[in-house]
Amino acid sequence: MISTQRSRSSESTRGSRPLVLTGGRILDPSQNIDEPGDLLVQNGKVEAVGGRVGHPDGAEVIDCAGCIVSPGFIDVHCHLREPGREDVETIATGAHAAAAGGFTAVCAMPNTDPVTDNQAAVGFVIRQANRAAAARVYAIGAISVGQRGETLAEFGEMVGAGAVAVSDDGRPVVSAQLMRTALEYARTFGIPVIDHCEEPTLSHGGAMNEGIVSARLGLKGIPAEAEEIMVIRDILLARRTGGHVHLAHMSTRGSVELIRWGKERGINVTAEVCPHHISLTEDRVGAYDTNAKMNPPLRTASDVQALREAVRDGTIDLIATDHAPHHYDEKEREFADAPNGIIGLETALGVMVTHLVDSGTLDFATLVERMSCSPARVFNLEGGTLRRGAEADITVFDPAMKWTVDPSEMLSKGRNTPYAGMTLSGRAVCTIVEGRIVYQIGSSASARLQPARS
Amino acid sequence: MTSALGKDLLGLEPLSSEQILLILDTAEPFKEISERAIKKVPALRGQTIVNLFFESSTRTRISFEFAEKRLSADTVNVAASGSSVLKGETLVDTARNLEAMRIDMVVMRHGASGAAQFLAERIESNVINAGDGTHEHPTQGLLDLLTLRDHFGDLKGRRVCICGDVLHSRVARSNIWGLQKLGVEVAVCGPRSLLPNAIEEFGVRVIDRIEEAIEWADALNVLRLQLERMTAGYIPSSREYNRVFGVTRERLERAPRDILIMHPGPMNRGVEIDSDVADGPHSVILNQVTNGIAVRMAVLYLLSGGRPELAEAAKGGTGRRGGAPEMTEAA
Repeated sequence: MISTQRSRSSESTRGSRPLVLTGGRILDPSQNIDEPGDLLVQNGKVEAVGGRVGHPDGAEVIDCAGCIVSPGFIDVHCHLREPGREDVETIATGAHAAAAGGFTAVCAMPNTDPVTDNQAAVGFVIRQANRAAAARVYAIGAISVGQRGETLAEFGEMVGAGAVAVSDDGRPVVSAQLMRTALEYARTFGIPVIDHCEEPTLSHGGAMNEGIVSARLGLKGIPAEAEEIMVIRDILLARRTGGHVHLAHMSTRGSVELIRWGKERGINVTAEVCPHHISLTEDRVGAYDTNAKMNPPLRTASDVQALREAVRDGTIDLIATDHAPHHYDEKEREFADAPNGIIGLETALGVMVTHLVDSGTLDFATLVERMSCSPARVFNLEGGTLRRGAEADITVFDPAMKWTVDPSEMLSKGRNTPYAGMTLSGRAVCTIVEGRIVYQIGSSASARLQPARS
Repeated sequence: MTSALGKDLLGLEPLSSEQILLILDTAEPFKEISERAIKKVPALRGQTIVNLFFESSTRTRISFEFAEKRLSADTVNVAASGSSVLKGETLVDTARNLEAMRIDMVVMRHGASGAAQFLAERIESNVINAGDGTHEHPTQGLLDLLTLRDHFGDLKGRRVCICGDVLHSRVARSNIWGLQKLGVEVAVCGPRSLLPNAIEEFGVRVIDRIEEAIEWADALNVLRLQLERMTAGYIPSSREYNRVFGVTRERLERAPRDILIMHPGPMNRGVEIDSDVADGPHSVILNQVTNGIAVRMAVLYLLSGGRPELAEAAKGGTGRRGGAPEMTEAA
């Protein structure tokens, strides 16, 4: 557990006060650092890393004994629901939930209402994020106007307003021609085109993975091929265009093999996997539990195995949550009619440590690489490093802390998680953005930072 | 009190072979009630049952209603049309309202797989699944088993082939579980586009040609071919379906043994089954309908806490629910 000594006031304001993280294990794969030591933050930047650092006057000192101090986690895939569904999440509650999960930055998907498909909408996301002053929130713009899959949105203006990527997430880009054009056009701006890989005529009406469980439950299945057909299409189009395609939420063994095929040929393809797809299988649907309903669906043990291996060997570049809050009564209904998705920001680290590190698949250095360095690199974002002079976006986490998932304690407005009641290992204890503490476990500061709850 | 079946009947998959046999054995004495001039015994007197049908049904709804009335239960029928469902009420709200009316049992048919499970988790009343989506239709499975047992006696080692649209059939699933639990070898026969991809993992044999199925099986359970399967593109036409998969007299005549023909109804004569088969000597389709009432009486009786060994007494008309021991408990 972490304790804070405060030499003067109890408030820390943006970058104004030096911060010393002492006695932790500094783990920064971007510099191949893995050693006990201190870290000094000054003026919102990393000032010194490793060894013993001096304590400047008025510095806030955080004892990180037993904890890992790493570059801040970055989630390139979450749904913050604002504008349009502020009843289920806002940019502010999402940004605080992210901070509580150890994320210093998240990328908000554009499938809001209205859709984030123009520069003004991107500006709105960024203004709301600044107001929240928790984890950084980057905007992802839509590929097509209204995400209707017809005409390209204005990538240039959206990037000018701060968008870091484009995606029609929630929907696949059905037209191969539109995908081709998007990949070509995005090259000018150096942004990835993110695709939600789903061949809609195959997946139509599907509620879970197609297999023995769907056959038993009498639910229409979504075959693995619905994903894989689009994965290979996108990889081939990336080869044709030289554009950067980023494949969202990969869920099948076949997708892993296709991505490996593409990477071996030098094609500009990157991919992400969600913690739920590497920790749960279709069996979790059990007796029609709608908290195990997501798209792509939970697959088989063989898929989980292949995806874990792909995270380890780098075929899958990074971990993303696909955090998707829903109102509780939207999930409280017939399985086929319930919406897809689960919340993930506050459970991602615990799930990863419990299911991938403790099981021996990943070491902590690779975990930090896939949750911080790699997303920063793939999406060309601040962070992902503790290099001297870098923005001080830092996650301090206790790799061994056991905790039980209680949805009622989440900072997200969503309660829809299949991990409720499970005991996980590993939890963020302090999250620092630009040298400012935006989350600290058990601290009143985190409650104070959370405007949506009274 | 917890019944021998638990609180609900949601499917045959969760039941043990003992529980299935218990229902069939309990149904035996109830068969006779329907043959009487006065078809009524007081086993469920004072019990209130709601028949909640979100999908249209004639046979199953009427069968349940007769079963309930012949056991003297008070019943209310709710059809989706004309109910609050059309006004947008959610299933969970429907469930809470039923609970608030303190009813004893709900018989529900619903278009969504898992709907019966959903309801059962949310109300204390007994829930009987009268068909949920493409998941299960347990009382149909039970009446099929009873009909087979009437004919064959012990079912162990017998061979039953389920023919047709297994993919969308709740009857098929309940049949597969029920038959397998009683030791029957199960096969399915139909166009592969109407069979679940993973069907073989159920331990079920797949037969591609209806001629081979007829050669192999002791009984065929011929499923109804829904018209919408053609419009959804699963198969080209009902005409070709009849040509390739139809159970016809010509095909049956080549059967090496006396084969039993079942159909859960309603039939598409001339599509999955020809009239001279449906009305012919192999057909036990109307026996299935008769058995439906007995099986449903047995399920209602057992779920209400009735003692299986007292079913004979219950039908005798002691005037007490569940027979004599219930009297002392009630007193």
